[in-house]
Amino acid sequence: MLNTIDQIFIKAKQIILDILSPFLPEWMMILISIFIVIVTLCVFGPVVMMYLTLLERKFIGRMQNRYGPNRCGIFGLLQPLSDGIKMFTKEDIVPQKADPFAHFLGPITVIIPSLLVFSVIPFGRNMIPSDLSIGILFFFAVASTSTLWIFTAAWGSRNKFSLLGGMRAVAQMVSYEIPMLLSIVPALLVVGSFSTVAIVNAQEGLQWFVFTPWGLVGFILFFLTGVAEVNRCPFDLPEGESEIIAGFHTEYSGMKFALFYMAEYMNAFSVSALVTTVYLGGWQGPILPSWLWFFAKTFVLISIMMWFRGTFPRMRVDQLMGFAWRGLLPLAFINLLAAALWVHLSFPLNDILSFCILTVSVLMIYVANRKVAPKKRIYKYAYE
Amino acid sequence: MNCPYLQNMDQQSTLDTQRLEVSLGPQHPSTHGVFQMDVVLDGEQVIRLKPVMGYLHRNHEKLMENMSWLACMPYTDRLDYFCALANNFSYALAVEKLAGIEVPERAQYLRVIMAELTRLINHIVLVGFLLNDLGAFFTPVLYAFREREKLLDLFEDVTGSRMMCNYFRFGGVKRDVPPDFILRVREIVNQFPKFLDELEELLTHNEILLSRCQNVGILPKALAVNAGITGPVLRASGIPYDIRKIDKYSIYGRFKFRVPVGEAGDVYDRYYVRILEMRESLQILEQAINEIPDGEVISKAGAQAAKMPRTLKVPKGDAYGRTEAPKGELGFYLVSDGSGKPYRYHVRAPSFINLTVLEDMCIGQKVADVIIILGSIDIVLGEVDR
Repeated sequence: MLNTIDQIFIKAKQIILDILSPFLPEWMMILISIFIVIVTLCVFGPVVMMYLTLLERKFIGRMQNRYGPNRCGIFGLLQPLSDGIKMFTKEDIVPQKADPFAHFLGPITVIIPSLLVFSVIPFGRNMIPSDLSIGILFFFAVASTSTLWIFTAAWGSRNKFSLLGGMRAVAQMVSYEIPMLLSIVPALLVVGSFSTVAIVNAQEGLQWFVFTPWGLVGFILFFLTGVAEVNRCPFDLPEGESEIIAGFHTEYSGMKFALFYMAEYMNAFSVSALVTTVYLGGWQGPILPSWLWFFAKTFVLISIMMWFRGTFPRMRVDQLMGFAWRGLLPLAFINLLAAALWVHLSFPLNDILSFCILTVSVLMIYVANRKVAPKKRIYKYAYE
Repeated sequence: MNCPYLQNMDQQSTLDTQRLEVSLGPQHPSTHGVFQMDVVLDGEQVIRLKPVMGYLHRNHEKLMENMSWLACMPYTDRLDYFCALANNFSYALAVEKLAGIEVPERAQYLRVIMAELTRLINHIVLVGFLLNDLGAFFTPVLYAFREREKLLDLFEDVTGSRMMCNYFRFGGVKRDVPPDFILRVREIVNQFPKFLDELEELLTHNEILLSRCQNVGILPKALAVNAGITGPVLRASGIPYDIRKIDKYSIYGRFKFRVPVGEAGDVYDRYYVRILEMRESLQILEQAINEIPDGEVISKAGAQAAKMPRTLKVPKGDAYGRTEAPKGELGFYLVSDGSGKPYRYHVRAPSFINLTVLEDMCIGQKVADVIIILGSIDIVLGEVDR
């Protein structure tokens, strides 16, 4: 029974294929098998995005002492649809002086990497669209291209706020790419494979990597850089609405704007999914179906991102860079070293040693950066 | 272009870069109204800034010259629309000085209570919006609005209006407060510090807030004095100048309160001085509600003038009435030629004058800092442009 629920999506696909197989040639069947997966993903991405917006609005609403959307359907469940209809019917405005080609290209191409990265994420046991042997590498290679399209959109808008936002986006995403990649290398080192399926299989039972010293540090590093990589608060400088209006998508309206929005939420989802896969054991977990575990973990991470958004002020651009280069990057290197030692040594010694190394280095990085950190002040009163 | 920073940049720069001229505003989410800043940027760094005002100019001062003295009162609400009662106070003081009208005891207390409640509203909303400028997604501002709502409900019950109160009259206030007023103020006095504690716990030592605000937008003492800066902005720069202490206008001489003073004069000091000021305002409120006497709320002459505004004859001469409004020294300079209208009516608007040092504070800072510096000055465009 449990196994059936666990494999329900695989079964569903198999049933469709079984129905079609008497009528179609074998090569067609292979194509259809692929096609089913692609269609599922292309539907799944936007639907997840739509309901993530609702979830975020509800979540932040509650955090801000209000209800959030509750007029469309029960609990506002139809709100995303009404937003979608509104977006489709809005006028598409292209500024007179904008580069029409780049302006058009930006939002359309920015959505492609966000959809493509879903193909290497294992959503459950046997539920991976395509198990590439270089899955992780594929994820980063594809995801990092979105920087280019964001800059294309910013440049094509010919708006100064867009340009500032685009420059910030490039600087930020390039800077955070490095600690992000380095923070995932320890896991690859331990598993010995780039395949996401192999990584999840290596965390059988409750041996999630996050429970090891290097895994914990790697998880925090990867999650923080991930938040920065998808431009979410407190690293949402490229679209910092209080400074540069809407950053790179200032000049976009209607569906083009919706595409940026969609890309942003889908990226948030896919990064959370990858963090889950690499450090939180992916779909591994007791009793419940594997895909439920996967989505539960992913949504916990997304909720943390929303919590950040509801509570944190934004960082400044130089502090953001300083955080990446002075804090995250050295720690990522040390974490790599600690993971290597952990693999090399045997049980009690490896945990203790890597724990010590990481504790000392975290403290050292903290102390080294303390010079630039702010101080508490004591205020005087006149006319006492 | 005689700023030293710029010259250094020219010497050091080997790259062929262009400066970017951006006009922040008049349509911009964080300019607190229709205000424009023409900013010259070098990358993210501000090298020049020109404030452009006047989008909201509505001929306030000239308009008043055609109004009877009392008819000006509701218009003063619209100056700084967050603190209508503080504006009323200042204008009433000026006219009373000119016409020599006495104010009964109870009215004095009511005026002080109203002015201090207004200060709470202004500062709490300012802190909320400052955090909004810092990029916190509306959370602090909505909690600030929750508290403001309670005070506005109180204003509505007393004055009949939530924001445009028009409550002060020459020689007193429009009407007496409802019977449960003192109780409700006491409730606010009791629960507001808890809210402030909660706010401070979350904000004051927040790492991001500290690193964003400290040593940003420093206003040196000398410049602050020379530019005529007043209010919390001046006090944050380290000068204990508070008109409530210096003039002791109305009955402020009777209350025990302290004036918090900053050190560095940066955004963080301006934020924190306001928090401390709210705590002092609560002290004043507590003393005021304990001591408030019964009696008339408007003097004979005042009641006469309120009933028949055109009968109010103000003798020839001029007068300057000033109060410590939440944003700084709010003064009304009035000249009377003996007729029923002001001959000249001038507003010394604190946010307008505090805005003049914006460029000095912003040069060399990042774009993001400009927004929070502007936010920390605390401007209201209704008052800046008049």
